[in-house]
Amino acid sequence: MKARHKRIALIVAGIAVLAIAATLLLQSFRSNLVFFFTPTQVANGEAPKEGNFRIGGLVENGSLERLSNGTQVKFKVTDTAKSIQVVYTGILPDLFKEGKGVVAQGKLGKDKVFEADQVLAKHDENYMPPEAADALEKAKANNSYATGAK
Amino acid sequence: MIPEIGHFSLILAFLFALIQSTLPFTGLAKNNQTFMNLAVPAARAQSILIAVSFLCLDYAFYSNDFSVLYVASTSNSNLPIIYRLAAIWGGHEGSMLLWVSILAIWTMAVTFFAKELPLRFYSTLIAVMGLVSVGLLMFILFTSNPFERLIPAALDGRDLNPLLQDPGMVFHPPLLYMGYVGFSVAFAFAIAALLDGRLDVTWARWTRPWTTAAWIFLTLGIALGSRWAYYELGWGGWWFWDAVENASFMPWLVGTALIHSLAVTEKRNAFKAWTVLLSICAFSLSLLGTFLVRSGVLTSVHAFASDPSRGMFILLFLAIVIGGALVLFALRAPTVGLGEKFDVVSRESLLLTNNVVLIVATGSVLLGTLYPLLIDAMGMGKISVGPPYFDAVFVAIMAPGIFLMGIGPVARWKKATLPELATKLRWAMAVSLVSALLVPSVLGKLTLMIFVGLLMAFWVMSSVFVALRIRLLASQNSTLLDKLKEITPAFYGMLVAHFGLAVFIFGVTMVKGYESEQDLRMQIGESVNVRGFDFRFDGVKPIRGPNYVAKQGLFYVTNQGAEHATLTPEKRLYPVQGAIMTEASISTGVMRDLYVSLGEELEQGAWSVRIYIKPFVQWIWMGALLMAIGGVLTLVDRRYRPISKKLNVESPGV
Repeated sequence: MKARHKRIALIVAGIAVLAIAATLLLQSFRSNLVFFFTPTQVANGEAPKEGNFRIGGLVENGSLERLSNGTQVKFKVTDTAKSIQVVYTGILPDLFKEGKGVVAQGKLGKDKVFEADQVLAKHDENYMPPEAADALEKAKANNSYATGAK
Repeated sequence: MIPEIGHFSLILAFLFALIQSTLPFTGLAKNNQTFMNLAVPAARAQSILIAVSFLCLDYAFYSNDFSVLYVASTSNSNLPIIYRLAAIWGGHEGSMLLWVSILAIWTMAVTFFAKELPLRFYSTLIAVMGLVSVGLLMFILFTSNPFERLIPAALDGRDLNPLLQDPGMVFHPPLLYMGYVGFSVAFAFAIAALLDGRLDVTWARWTRPWTTAAWIFLTLGIALGSRWAYYELGWGGWWFWDAVENASFMPWLVGTALIHSLAVTEKRNAFKAWTVLLSICAFSLSLLGTFLVRSGVLTSVHAFASDPSRGMFILLFLAIVIGGALVLFALRAPTVGLGEKFDVVSRESLLLTNNVVLIVATGSVLLGTLYPLLIDAMGMGKISVGPPYFDAVFVAIMAPGIFLMGIGPVARWKKATLPELATKLRWAMAVSLVSALLVPSVLGKLTLMIFVGLLMAFWVMSSVFVALRIRLLASQNSTLLDKLKEITPAFYGMLVAHFGLAVFIFGVTMVKGYESEQDLRMQIGESVNVRGFDFRFDGVKPIRGPNYVAKQGLFYVTNQGAEHATLTPEKRLYPVQGAIMTEASISTGVMRDLYVSLGEELEQGAWSVRIYIKPFVQWIWMGALLMAIGGVLTLVDRRYRPISKKLNVESPGV
């Protein structure tokens, strides 16, 4: 009998530990999910006011500015419908170019400027980051819908 | 003509694989020895034909045959010869051919030692490997033929992605695939055991070296890939929790659980059903990894949906292999039995906990990897799971496992007692606690993560010595040398591998805790001091490589006035693809790496520059290397001698 009780106690303890571990795991998982928004969604105020998220689209032509001393840069990300001002301090990836696709991760600062702490551009000339492609597609769909409604 | 020969021999290989995978089963059902005996010759013929096919494709790369579509899309006549030969696995089709070629190597190796096993068993084993081969060959022949012609031929190729033009490309994919595909042997052993109803100590003894060998390759492959990323991507990271990396890491975690579980099965005849299940899981995750990396599902689930034939095929194949294996497991596991009983406090239960920890860790990585894909596939938006999730969860899950890892090797089989374990390990605990506080106080920075990381590293290191000491004390021999000789290579292997993990943890903790990263703007002649090192930027000069042009920066590094290193990072332009690449320049050292890479050219000759100091970063890969060496030591153990000898003949050098 004693051995059996011991075993049951152990199984219960094991399940409890696993349950706690699973809860903590899922909590950490939820708090680290980074959602993606298109420039249009950000302009419409759909993006979170606090916390990190990603935006994606094209780097608007002629929008790239470097602040003269240091590594801070400013550029605009557009989905052709709306564009969002982004600031970033650091070194841009090799394939970052005006008119090319880009994804940036960071949060909204004051004056609706997106403060990026990561800028991603992939390693293939012809490859568009999926998020950026998605943003352009959505803007296009909305656009044609709007014209259709007229 | 040569590509057609390659294609044709691949088709023939497929036919032989069909024979290899069907007739032995028929033989088994009808108890017909002739049919069973066909397994070996069919498998060898299949392997040789695949090798021929592989060589034909590599010849097309060697001879710049741009009438082959695959060659035209991944190679270029200006590409240095070694990268032309490695470009064969630079794209999808060739990677799949590499996959089956490596399966052929493993199959061939199995046929050479198979005669030691009972006929019924080894013919089943080889037939199961044949089934895997059939699936993959069908996949190549129907959806990803690397020999497809391009008419008219291209004048020149589109070049190998410049990122891949690196010595890492030559070794990383074959090593990784040797590991991935090597788990197919353990898988075949498990299926054969289920079909045969035979699973005992002898079975575990046969399976173990194969599984360990696959695990060694996978360990080296992942470590090499990580080191490659570190110097090639130009921003000093060594692990990104990227889906492609996770895809290789998950089989490694389960494979690690498997080699521990196999140890218990061999030594104690326990954990039998569990070992079989792990074998199935390890190979399933290898296949899942192939699917994730090769179906295009990671680039975009929509790309996958618009050209679904490849992805659907692998998905179907996955479903058949995993589903079939699990159904078989459900039906037959009772015949295999659970094995010997053991006490709550015993080495068995510690190893069981280790297994649970590794599986939960795998589950957490799987969740983080697949969840974004699932959400995207269901049209619920795009999300990504940040590295902080993986870092936090992974450390939290592994920490208790690492703690138990110090206890396991000194615990008795079957029944141990807690007071006894505490007595054995109290000094190890004291030493590691003190060191984990001492090191940060000397370096002047202490965080919880640093403390936990160092504690785990020192704990494992010191408990390795405790385990060795206990063995030596138990020995009857008089001199120390005789005592050391008495201990088996397998035991040393375990100690070395555990020590390697400790070295790895130490490296990770030191880099994460004490690295210094600076992105700055530097004028020509300007100096900057980072952690006592003075970096002087002496400008850039143009240089010309075999198939690229570059601007090479010159950084002169001094340490307290004394000359320390000259670093020459490059910004390269590969004209064929118009791709720009950053080549970091690194001064490696045991205590720290100095890492410099060029950002962009700013006005008046100034550049934006990354200057990193990475303390003990090399220990990360040294630790992985030690783990692999530990694995090799267990392979040379006498009790596997007849098997390991042949293994050495058949598999290419580590």
